[in-house]
Amino acid sequence: MKKLHRVGAIVVAMLREIFDEAAYRRFLQHAGKPSSRASYREFLRQKMNVKPRPRCC
Amino acid sequence: MKRWGSILAWVVVSLLCGLAVAVIALHRGESINAMWLVVAALCSYALGYRFYSKFLAARVLAWDELRATPAERLDNGRDFVPTNKWVVFGHHFAAIAGPGPLVGPVLAAQFGYLPGTLWILAGAVFGGCVQDFVILFFSVRRDGKSLTEIARDEVGRLGGVVAYLAVISIIVLILGVTALIVVNALKSSPWGAFTIAMTIPIALLMGVYLRVLRPGKVLEGSLLGFVLVLLAIWGGQWVAESPTLARYFTLSAPALAILIIIYGFAASALPVWLLLAPRDYLSTFVKLGTIAALALGIIALRPTLHMPALTRFVDGTGPVLAGKIFPFAFITIACGAVSGFHSLIASGTTPKLIRRETETRLVGYGGMAAESFVAVMAMIAACVLQPGVYFAISSPAGVVGSAPATAAATISSWGFPVSAAGMASLAQEVGEQTLFNRTGGAPAFAVGMAHIFAHSLGSRLLMAIWYHFAIMFEALFILSILDAGTRVGRFMFQEALGHVWRPLGRTSWYPSVLFNSGLIVAAWGYFLWQGVRDPLGGINSLWPLFGTANQLLATVALCVATTILMKMGRARYSPVTLLPLGWLVAVTFTASWQKIFDSNPRIGFLAHARQLAALPLRAPETARLIFNDRLDAAVTAALVVLVLLIVLESAREWIRVLSGRKPAGVHEAPFVATRFVAEEAS
Repeated sequence: MKKLHRVGAIVVAMLREIFDEAAYRRFLQHAGKPSSRASYREFLRQKMNVKPRPRCC
Repeated sequence: MKRWGSILAWVVVSLLCGLAVAVIALHRGESINAMWLVVAALCSYALGYRFYSKFLAARVLAWDELRATPAERLDNGRDFVPTNKWVVFGHHFAAIAGPGPLVGPVLAAQFGYLPGTLWILAGAVFGGCVQDFVILFFSVRRDGKSLTEIARDEVGRLGGVVAYLAVISIIVLILGVTALIVVNALKSSPWGAFTIAMTIPIALLMGVYLRVLRPGKVLEGSLLGFVLVLLAIWGGQWVAESPTLARYFTLSAPALAILIIIYGFAASALPVWLLLAPRDYLSTFVKLGTIAALALGIIALRPTLHMPALTRFVDGTGPVLAGKIFPFAFITIACGAVSGFHSLIASGTTPKLIRRETETRLVGYGGMAAESFVAVMAMIAACVLQPGVYFAISSPAGVVGSAPATAAATISSWGFPVSAAGMASLAQEVGEQTLFNRTGGAPAFAVGMAHIFAHSLGSRLLMAIWYHFAIMFEALFILSILDAGTRVGRFMFQEALGHVWRPLGRTSWYPSVLFNSGLIVAAWGYFLWQGVRDPLGGINSLWPLFGTANQLLATVALCVATTILMKMGRARYSPVTLLPLGWLVAVTFTASWQKIFDSNPRIGFLAHARQLAALPLRAPETARLIFNDRLDAAVTAALVVLVLLIVLESAREWIRVLSGRKPAGVHEAPFVATRFVAEEAS
């Protein structure tokens, strides 16, 4: 049961990383801001000016 | 006792692998069950991972579990973040898995299931997985540098320039070819076109939801988007049945091509939050779920393969793609066995997340093994179809004729019986007007996948829904590749043109954004347009061009890897990269030569141009077709010359290092001890 719980936690962590939720959380921690529309806008603005992750064929 | 148990388990896995491969390779004239392919694949990956990748890690690369990775040393909470190895694995897999391993094997199924399957397994275990693993490892050792930067540091300035040009060329070709696959899947399909059209407002809605209503709740927003997409698929059937609505969504190939070009430009120039990011999340959500569902469907159904092990088309006369089994089966499979593009991801975001050097094995080698398994599933999906049905869907009108009766008669005369009535009934079952001449691989894959899903659930009633789900799944993530690829290409153009005129390099200056977006869209849009106007369906000429470019990029990556091994003083182990490199050089150079100079007009670009030029009565567009053939020949030649340069430059470096004329030495980041070992011990 404990192992299953651990696997579930890793899958959720994986999804959070893939879907940038983890990146947003790190951004908030780094900037010392709470989650809000303005914070998310700032996070997206930073993303806008960097080369996106390439997606393979 | 435990050790003996482990030895026994691996002996069993080895025997099972040998048995499965023998069944696949030796059965002739009777159908086999798809589970043999699944068993052969899983056992091959398990053996490759357990023994070969361990050998690579311990002996060849000599990894150091005490060495801190850039994610630890340069941890900034943004780009460099030490991350759990399974999380990085999922992240890496989501980035490398694209339509290539789905489409390539479906096209290569024209040779029979055997050649493609063997290459997918052997190519991945000894080539693709090795490439991804070593490039990831070398990038981790170099602070997460890109392939281009590593090539410049280790091979020389020329290596860096060639790698840059190869990367931009392959991006253009990938975007053009994948867009063509979408066009061929959606043309004259109001249901499919409606579903995909709906994903744009759904993505916009998700963008607003994430930015305004629930900032940052991406998983939640993606789930909502997924439900809306399912509703769009469900609603598509009424659009297809409504004479008024169907008219608006029944689009010709050129009309779809124009819409996709406009879409690509908009996605590159619009704010990322509005379209690109939500669509990317949505497509990843659908991709991961569908791949898992397909694996479960195959295991639940255990379907029989109807395609023979080898078809008559190994002689090069195939209707789907012209050219002999060597080199074209290898070029066609592309990403399912070896993908040069992976080296960009393995030297991009992934190395900056690796927590321990020892985790590169799971992420690099294991990630590619998982991708290769996707290719095996695609091969199964194509081969569960009756061969006559597969060829009816995948053959262009230019080869089999556009009238259903003519096409059915031609395909039946090859020994693959199919009837126009049977195809009409199948088309009706999947909710399409016709399934003849749907080149590109996506429709054949969708029919196979719908067959697996519908039969796994015990009912053919939902065939139409499953078919359109499969089409939506492929089109959605191809379009997300167009979004991201166009943007990556735009950044690369800006990087280069910034050296010519500084403002053009500013990523936030809107005129530069528009200009560079226009350039990259014009480049891939040209190839797309060329494909849709091609009477042979475009795939025959463009997929080999894409496959060749992809494998040439893998050649560049393996050249760089071999050079580093030589400079590390590990020349005796260099065959691990040198042998796949030699094979890829043989395959790509032969394919390129044949694509340019072969006297058969279905294979050689120049022969086709000569054939068109010799026509007594020329249609107005013949001159353009001749120009396109010559352009394709020139692009192929340019790619080969570029790669030849880097092969020669690398070989010169190897000779200098081996002869002692140049001291061996690599450009690694200095050693810093990791704190994770001590933390884990305590």
